Amino acid sequence: MILNASGCLDALTAASVARSLDAFVTKTVTPLPRAGNPPTRIAETDAGMLNSIGLANPGIDRFCVDVLPRLRELGVPIWVSVGGFAASDYAELCARLDGEAGVAALELNVSCPNVSSPVDATEEIVRAARAATGKPLYTKLSPSAPDVAAAAEAAAQAGTDGLSVVNTLRGLALDERTLRPIVATGAGGYSGPALRPVALAAAFACYRATGLPIVGMGGVETGRHALDLIAAGASAVALGTVLFRDPSAPGRIRAELAAEAASRGFAAPPDARGAAHEGKGASLPLLTKTPAKSQ
Amino acid sequence: MRRARARTCGVEAVGPYVLLRVSRAGLEPGDPGQFFMLSPPGRVLPRPMSLCLALPGELGFLLDPIGPGTRALAELEPGDELDVLGPLGNGFRLDVERPLLVGGGIGIAPLPYLAERLGGAPALLGFRSAAHAEAAALLPGAEVVLEPEYVTERLRPGFDVLACGPEPMLHAVARLTPDAQLAWEAPMACGYGACYGCAVEIGGSLRRLCVDGPVLPAADVAAPPAREAAA
Repeated sequence: MILNASGCLDALTAASVARSLDAFVTKTVTPLPRAGNPPTRIAETDAGMLNSIGLANPGIDRFCVDVLPRLRELGVPIWVSVGGFAASDYAELCARLDGEAGVAALELNVSCPNVSSPVDATEEIVRAARAATGKPLYTKLSPSAPDVAAAAEAAAQAGTDGLSVVNTLRGLALDERTLRPIVATGAGGYSGPALRPVALAAAFACYRATGLPIVGMGGVETGRHALDLIAAGASAVALGTVLFRDPSAPGRIRAELAAEAASRGFAAPPDARGAAHEGKGASLPLLTKTPAKSQ
Repeated sequence: MRRARARTCGVEAVGPYVLLRVSRAGLEPGDPGQFFMLSPPGRVLPRPMSLCLALPGELGFLLDPIGPGTRALAELEPGDELDVLGPLGNGFRLDVERPLLVGGGIGIAPLPYLAERLGGAPALLGFRSAAHAEAAALLPGAEVVLEPEYVTERLRPGFDVLACGPEPMLHAVARLTPDAQLAWEAPMACGYGACYGCAVEIGGSLRRLCVDGPVLPAADVAAPPAREAAA
């Protein structure tokens, strides 16, 4: 199953790209409209890119009235990414979307690096969201967590149905002449090829810790990259930065993934799930576990 | 929105700029002012470039090699392949009676193709040096000014202005000729509305230049921030 990473595709301006996905994930919706961060919002680096968009979105009211009906017309399952600044924001958004047809799942963005972090812990947010909706919930985790497996376990205990790993890392790029930050907010979210091993390690650890469905993402550019994530434990793969360069990436990567899996003796890509955990190395200690809640 | 693997046909210096010619590879040239995303070898993101010349079987782009992406494009050699996506965005309206093309620096890039599609038009071009002004050869007959003189000092009333250049120039043109069509520039990751990276303030709200522009009526654009007005 191939999805887009939240914020990396607008299905309404690129319907053909959205239709080439198995599900379309929206840009994060917040309770109130947000204009987003001032320009300059993006910068390329040698092995990735920075973005600081700042959750620009029309707010949940206009999303439900203006955007969602048009997304339904695409005929693709819709995952709505929701974000806020307190557990009550997530509960409000999930309750609002609970009865909306065509919304196949909700993704809790608890890890945007470009806005103030939610004041409440991941576990509290997931619990509040769980109480507000019966729709499948995916919790999107940050690769910056000291122990991503502990964060995954906390989300699992609070009732998440799945995990999205990973969001971007915080990074900085300086203008080569002025030595000032290129992105207006200074730092931004770092994505692209450099994130790939980070995402792989997080998917590996989250699968080991929870066994939950996992949408793996971070620097995927080829079918081989997607297969790696599945072997590490992902049950689906999302594409982000690669879509900016190659809008045809979903179809290409799906075909490459099938070929890569077949060449290794798997009847279908999902059969490779968790292959990295089998046999030699399966019992290796992965991470120094820290308590899920340190305070 | 079409994407194709194009072949480099030529890379020629035009003063400090570079004219990159690639095979059309089945891509349409589009309207003047529309742009293409060119993927430089070895870079993560493609670069937006407006079409400069629609040559037989080729697309021509004028580049200013000032960063890693534009330098990588300028270093392509004939026969090298690159991915090209386009044409994208909204170009110039061509239903004008008395066109005047106004360009500043690398902003002259879309004007040669625009002049061709208009069947010829007078042009007023500004450059920072005589070396940069070599690019005026792409628009034979153009009136050329060099800094410290600005194109806006030579703007005459009674023309339909179609302009592309640095932001302060476009804001100045907008003040003098409120009916002008202006082609703007912003960093873009995708060029087709996906990344929200190219947001600019238009009419008081942040809008994506790639899908709402890059050519906009001058009246749509908010007054510049104070620091630019003072510059």
